[in-house]
Amino acid sequence: MDKFLTDILGSEIGSYIIIAILPLVFIVPYALFAVWLERKVSAKMQDRLGPMYTGGWHGWAQTIADIIKLLQKEDIVPTVADKKLHLLAPFIVFVGSYAAFAAIPFSIEYIGSNLNLGLFYIIAVSSLVVVGLLMAGWASNNKWSLLGAMRSVAQIVSYEIPTALSLLAVIMIAGTMNLQEINQMQTGWFWNWFIFQKFPFVFLAFIIYFVASLAEVNRTPFDIPEAESELVAGYHTEYTGMKFAMFFLAEYANMFAVSAIASAVFLGGWNSPFGDFMSGQFWGVFWFVAKGIFFIFIQMWLRWTLPRLRVDQLMYVSWKVLTPWAFVCIFGIGLWLVL
Amino acid sequence: MGEIIANNKNTNLRTEEMVVQMGPQHPSTHGVLRLEVTLDGEIVTDVKPHIGYLHRCFEKQCEAMSNYQQVIPYLDRLDYIAAISMEWSYVLAVEKLLKIQLPERVEYIRVIMAELQRIASHIIAIGTYGLDMGAFTPFLFLMRDREMILDIFERTCGARLLYNYFWIGGLSHDVPLDFIDRTRQFCNKFKKTIVEVNNLLSYNEIFIKRTANVGVLPADVAINFATSGPVLRGSGVNWDLRRDDPYSIYDKFNWEVQVGKGERGILGDCWDRYMVRCREMEQSVKIIEQALNQIPEGDVKSAIPKRIRPNVGKMYVRTEAPRGELGIYLLSDGSTSPYRVKARSSCFVNLSVLPEISKGAMFADLVAIIGSIDIVLGEIDR
Amino acid sequence: MVGEEILNILKEKFGKVIVNWKVKGVYNPYARIKPENIREVAFFLRENSHLQFDYLMCLSGVDLGKGMLGVVYHLNSISKKHRFTLKVDVTRENPNVPSVEMVWKTANWHEREVYDLFGINFLDHPDLRRILLPDDWDGYPLRKDYQVQEYYNGIKVPY
Repeated sequence: MDKFLTDILGSEIGSYIIIAILPLVFIVPYALFAVWLERKVSAKMQDRLGPMYTGGWHGWAQTIADIIKLLQKEDIVPTVADKKLHLLAPFIVFVGSYAAFAAIPFSIEYIGSNLNLGLFYIIAVSSLVVVGLLMAGWASNNKWSLLGAMRSVAQIVSYEIPTALSLLAVIMIAGTMNLQEINQMQTGWFWNWFIFQKFPFVFLAFIIYFVASLAEVNRTPFDIPEAESELVAGYHTEYTGMKFAMFFLAEYANMFAVSAIASAVFLGGWNSPFGDFMSGQFWGVFWFVAKGIFFIFIQMWLRWTLPRLRVDQLMYVSWKVLTPWAFVCIFGIGLWLVL
Repeated sequence: MGEIIANNKNTNLRTEEMVVQMGPQHPSTHGVLRLEVTLDGEIVTDVKPHIGYLHRCFEKQCEAMSNYQQVIPYLDRLDYIAAISMEWSYVLAVEKLLKIQLPERVEYIRVIMAELQRIASHIIAIGTYGLDMGAFTPFLFLMRDREMILDIFERTCGARLLYNYFWIGGLSHDVPLDFIDRTRQFCNKFKKTIVEVNNLLSYNEIFIKRTANVGVLPADVAINFATSGPVLRGSGVNWDLRRDDPYSIYDKFNWEVQVGKGERGILGDCWDRYMVRCREMEQSVKIIEQALNQIPEGDVKSAIPKRIRPNVGKMYVRTEAPRGELGIYLLSDGSTSPYRVKARSSCFVNLSVLPEISKGAMFADLVAIIGSIDIVLGEIDR
Repeated sequence: MVGEEILNILKEKFGKVIVNWKVKGVYNPYARIKPENIREVAFFLRENSHLQFDYLMCLSGVDLGKGMLGVVYHLNSISKKHRFTLKVDVTRENPNVPSVEMVWKTANWHEREVYDLFGINFLDHPDLRRILLPDDWDGYPLRKDYQVQEYYNGIKVPY
């Protein structure tokens, strides 16, 4: 893709800039759509209607209206807050989620950067979010925010381990960390997808990855950091207006990034499930986004059904349930490959 | 390494306790309650409740009323979620002082209304408890049924929340013609909703993990602290005022007192208290159906006296409100206005148990414990 | 057990401290006790195996007029299912009553409320401070001769 753009623009830098901005062009409309989808999905599950008026058909313009409202809100910073950190925190959180999009393959032609260390880079760079959250909690000079930030940090750091381990299981099968190559290995009909290989170990790894990624994105049942009924709003209590919108955007971007990795690694990424039918450059984008949105729907479904876990139970699940089972997966796959 | 850290005296690790105010405005303190929580990390070492933010001088106001009937709307506003039960205690006290004999139809309608009110109140208790735990959906399913109850109330006395329905010696309005059909319809629909909520919330593993073995209240502590209602029954004490200190016609119906059994954890934990409320709703539906079958004809206003001037006397009467025992201590000095009305509210006494049972719990458990005690600040502060 | 039997058991042990009583023809049979002895009577009522009054239903203050304030204790037994009432009278100049918080823990908050609204001082109470009104409020509202204060921290009080 970069050659195609370089030919058009005549300069390499220009093409690289466009490649870097392209996911942003995707994320912003996607976030608008995802917020609307969340409201509609939750309404349907709770026996009510959700947005219906804004824009006409089922309130499709509701999120646009909300963004405009957030943009024109006053930016309130507490007097005793650490101003530089308070300003930087939302941006670091967003950068952490956005940087992961560099190595995610949207289609056979489009990938931001075809790293040989793709998966490794993604896991590493999404930890940047932790720094941002800690900054947000500390800089607000508010005991509630601090509590929320500390819980959030403990949660995200502990759940990175099962995430990495379950992805390691797939890397062992694929033999490479390059996401584009992993996708190319799953071409063909849907039984070529990794989730159906070496049954049941990769399936178990998929379940572990999905649960751990719920915790990475702070979604119920792991949403203690933003538990509305306990800490008012956790680490983003003191944020208003555009900075709050930034946190929100970062959360939805992170949700998609995590779903994208799940679909790329386990479910075949941009491959069509029907082999050659409906496959190609642009169909690839369609399948990839469809699989991502499917996982997002499941995440929303879980959010509105289950109550939330307590902090120590959360830690228990990570260290004593998910990590040992992830090791079992790796061991099982290792044995299978050797024998 | 573990030994070095465990011996805190040898290291320079200094931990401090943090005092956090769960202030008057907070999404899950069920009203304007201020809790001064002393935290050691995530563990609660002390809780001091500060109440009085909603104090409206109910008792002094009653003394300023010029007659006994004028007090009834004030009683509604004590526990505004279970207004009928509040009215019943007071009306019973005055009727006992006046020695009025009530028509049977009045008694039946009072029982039906009180049990409907009990269901509505427990719906809020259970729904908001789920909300505190993060389960957003059961709340909305239950509220749909509560709307049916409030519609029934509105058709009868014109108000959805604060009724002024029980009058001294009778009722303010007779029930409308379609009351029996509507209530039967509600009972049939509600039985299915209870099953749904049990599947969704009560037996959900995560919910059980959050509430079982949390906030254990032993039976002898519960009795010493004079708790009542689901809080007392959740600790295994088989005590229900409708059966043990009887008033009205509850002995004509076939129903069981629900007691916590320690099924999913230690006896007296939050899950037991929550489950007692769930099961009480089923028993209330049973009572309502039996009462609907037996309700006689009659005039609901025939026993209302023209002038209410009780003899000099003192009367302490208590009824089983959804949250516990509401006691009214009435002193009459022979004139048309009450000399002293004291409301012994159930939530006031139940809340005093909070510091005792939350020592050593985690901070998230504090939210679970407050939700399981089920307080309404209107009744606490009066 | 009926009120009369309870009173007889009480009279055997504490005959001297009972001021007066009424157990016939009233809905709530009661005995009036001298203020200094209320704690012993309370302990006895709780520990005696025939009576077992383990549940303090309500503790209320009353302004009896003529310069007297009263405290009323409504007792209940969960195991024996009987009720009894104790009354205590004190003067306005010397409103001191021993606390029964050691006997029934629920008295802790009830006595704070009576102190808050009537000004009766409970001796040996672990934490006697105002509960419903702000800590720096003047006066005891439920007394019949209460005059509401003009200003509270700069806010005009009378409506």
